[in-house]
Amino acid sequence: MNNPVSEQNRSPVGDRVRTIDIVHKGLAARYRAERRFRLYGLGAIIISLLFLTIVFVSIFSKGYTAFWQTYVKLDIYFDPSLVKPNNPSEGNYQAMVKAALGKMFPKARSRLGKRHLNALISPGAAFQLRRMVAEDPDLMGKTSPVWVPANDDVDMLVKGNTDRLVAEGTRRLKDDQLVWMDKLIADGRVEKRFNWMFFESGDSREPELAGIRGALMGSFFTLIVTFSLSFPIGVAAAVYLEEFAPTNRFTDLIEVNINNLAAVPSIVFGLLGLAVFINFFNFPRSAPLVGGLVLTLMTLPTIIIASRASLKSVPPSIREAALGIGASHMQTVTHHVLPLALPGILTGTIIGMAQALGETAPLLMIGMVAFIVDIPSGFTDPATVLPVQVYLWADSPERGFVEKTSAAIMVLLTFLVIMNATAVLLRRRFERRW
Amino acid sequence: MDPTILFLVIVGLCILAYVAGLKRAYAVAGGRREVKNLHSLPSYYGWLAALWCGVPALLLYGFWLAFEPSIIINVVLNHLPQEMRDLPSDRITLIVNEIRNIVTGAIKSPDDPALMAAAQQYGRVRSLSHVALAVAALSVGIAGAGTVWWRIRPAFRARNQVEFVMKMLMVLCSTIAILTTIGIVASVLFESIRFFRAVPITEFLFGLEWNPQIAIRADQVAGSGAFGAVPVFAGTLLISAIALLVSVPIGLLAAIYLSEYAGSKMRSAAKPLMEVLAGIPTVVYGFFAALVVAPTIRDTGGLLGLHIASESALAAGFVMGIMIIPFVSSLSDDVINAVPQAMRDGSYGLGATKSETIKKVVIPAALPGIVGGVLLATSRAIGETMIVVMAAGLAANLTANPFEAVTTVTVQIVTLLTGDQEFDNPKTLAAFALGLVLFVATLILNIIALHVVRKYREQYE
Repeated sequence: MNNPVSEQNRSPVGDRVRTIDIVHKGLAARYRAERRFRLYGLGAIIISLLFLTIVFVSIFSKGYTAFWQTYVKLDIYFDPSLVKPNNPSEGNYQAMVKAALGKMFPKARSRLGKRHLNALISPGAAFQLRRMVAEDPDLMGKTSPVWVPANDDVDMLVKGNTDRLVAEGTRRLKDDQLVWMDKLIADGRVEKRFNWMFFESGDSREPELAGIRGALMGSFFTLIVTFSLSFPIGVAAAVYLEEFAPTNRFTDLIEVNINNLAAVPSIVFGLLGLAVFINFFNFPRSAPLVGGLVLTLMTLPTIIIASRASLKSVPPSIREAALGIGASHMQTVTHHVLPLALPGILTGTIIGMAQALGETAPLLMIGMVAFIVDIPSGFTDPATVLPVQVYLWADSPERGFVEKTSAAIMVLLTFLVIMNATAVLLRRRFERRW
Repeated sequence: MDPTILFLVIVGLCILAYVAGLKRAYAVAGGRREVKNLHSLPSYYGWLAALWCGVPALLLYGFWLAFEPSIIINVVLNHLPQEMRDLPSDRITLIVNEIRNIVTGAIKSPDDPALMAAAQQYGRVRSLSHVALAVAALSVGIAGAGTVWWRIRPAFRARNQVEFVMKMLMVLCSTIAILTTIGIVASVLFESIRFFRAVPITEFLFGLEWNPQIAIRADQVAGSGAFGAVPVFAGTLLISAIALLVSVPIGLLAAIYLSEYAGSKMRSAAKPLMEVLAGIPTVVYGFFAALVVAPTIRDTGGLLGLHIASESALAAGFVMGIMIIPFVSSLSDDVINAVPQAMRDGSYGLGATKSETIKKVVIPAALPGIVGGVLLATSRAIGETMIVVMAAGLAANLTANPFEAVTTVTVQIVTLLTGDQEFDNPKTLAAFALGLVLFVATLILNIIALHVVRKYREQYE
């Protein structure tokens, strides 16, 4: 290895070829192969980390704008003739928005022009005005400047996602609308604000009004059901299998079943939920209760396997010491083994919950894929969950939903990161080497 | 009594039973200082009383509420006018739904007075049933707790009984795994059998045309459904094969580098990062595939003069491959680490370089485990749903061209089962037949893989 060249230059003694020379001859090629192989391995890691970066960057770069929403300042005249005097919740608030727009751009006279003009403002503006009047009835008959949400196409324009150079026919915003928007922007009547609506409202057909509150609550209720069932059941099953179960056919059968269930595709659990919970037991469709039950069955194997590993790592001396001072078998387990194994069990449970939070396919089967505007307030209300909301929005053709989808994914990933980080911290903090 | 309140009352009764049992134990022992006279710790007497109070009462509660709706509906239906009861079964289902909606208040004023009457009767029967349930559950609970209370003596072996009950509960919890398997098999099997009555199993397994439409009218053009699943299976295999082509080389090489070359710092940094890939929800990958990868592949193909469908198998398979990389790499990492160091040392001693040792010694020794891991990855790829639902096609093409759109088993299940369902329609039942195939295929792969991996581990332990 020190200097193969000089070795190679020396001619062999007589006709006898020495082995060392053959070795040396091939050595350079072999080292090259070694370096190449090493590079392949490094390349594989770099490629997979590159994919990871691309996934995150593409989601993030598309999604962060969704946390801001374009608002337009309109001088609204709260016209008393448009509202029922004794009942402010019934009134034509849409007409007030239209009137304010018309006053600002009186040139838009034609039907088409008016329609284009009114399309600049979100239909949510009318609800906002109604809410304002309900809170403060004195507004009636006055004119006051109000910031109302812009329509999603306008929002996209302000955020720079609309290409003005495309032919008018293929553009969502027409030429006259662009002129009006430029005027509004020049007048300082357009502003981007933090999009609280995204966190406060449920789903909507209008991208600018759609929010993730409903999906978040749905995920919350679903996970509560999943956790409160899968944690006790999983721990009990793990304790039995690890500490009490005799080795016989029955326990073998259980083990084989658990291992196989861990690898069954999640959609099959959805079929189970549909056939058993919904068709057989007549549970309500789209309910977090059923979603939670299905996810419980799905996460149980994960929790059981993690809990068993954690129980197994508690050294037998602990058990022997407890038994030695007269504790019963059950007392040994519940008073000593289980508390020592708890950090590991909790880590496994959190990882299982993170899986459940990100799971989509089985929930599609049990009808949690419906379009639900109301925010669920209980376990049997129709609901959807965060990943299903992502799926629903990803299917919507509007450009505005692309950023909403990415933003919902960012929220989902944030929760997953928090959960997994908690699991890692828990492991670091309480892990004991015996 | 409202069931929720009743539940809380039962729980409260259990607490009372615990206290009563505890007090009784102290009393029969002869005071707090004489606890040594008791067979078990005093709290066990309390627990036993609470268990005997709560378990029977809650069991009764659960069964009652599970079967109550169907029984009440039957009672109500029997009192409907004769002409309503003679309607076909699907109309009856509608009527039942309408009655339920009136009861919950979703429909305020129904058109039919008979329905209103039925709804009122439903409400009456239900409140009667709830009163009966409350009386039954509470008396069962009190009787259970009372029996225990009366039997408490110093020699009463309360701990053994409590522990027996706990153990039985644990056994029950662990049988849930078996029950789940039975549930899966039963649910997909029964519906599949109903499907195979309408469509012969040979046509399903070997037919070359998949077009799950059922004619609404008998004389409809192009309404006859075709349920030959071969194109669907072929599409699944094509996408899975692409996924494996991406993930196996990358995953395996990454695992080799991490376990054989990387220093401990690099290892502890790169491994968790790779695991992050596995933790990303599949719906995110689906969105990524549909929004980023598929258009990129299509446009690149366009530059090269290839026609690539925007829902090409390549895009879905590629992204699925990315998802499976950490799966392959962590499984391979495990088996590579299980190869004994002595085998490597022997190879080094003969003068082999590190890569030669890996290629000629470590990999052959780890091969069974790696194959097992690849099989598990295959079953993961076959069962993966969201990526293909969002990025693969719906139409069943029988093709091996990765640039065309194909469909998969999971995509078909999702499309057949989301939206309107009729459970007497082969279109809906076909989803369960596909589910059966999916379950059996992944089960076989998993069993083989687990067997191989386990055999391999035993070899070196």
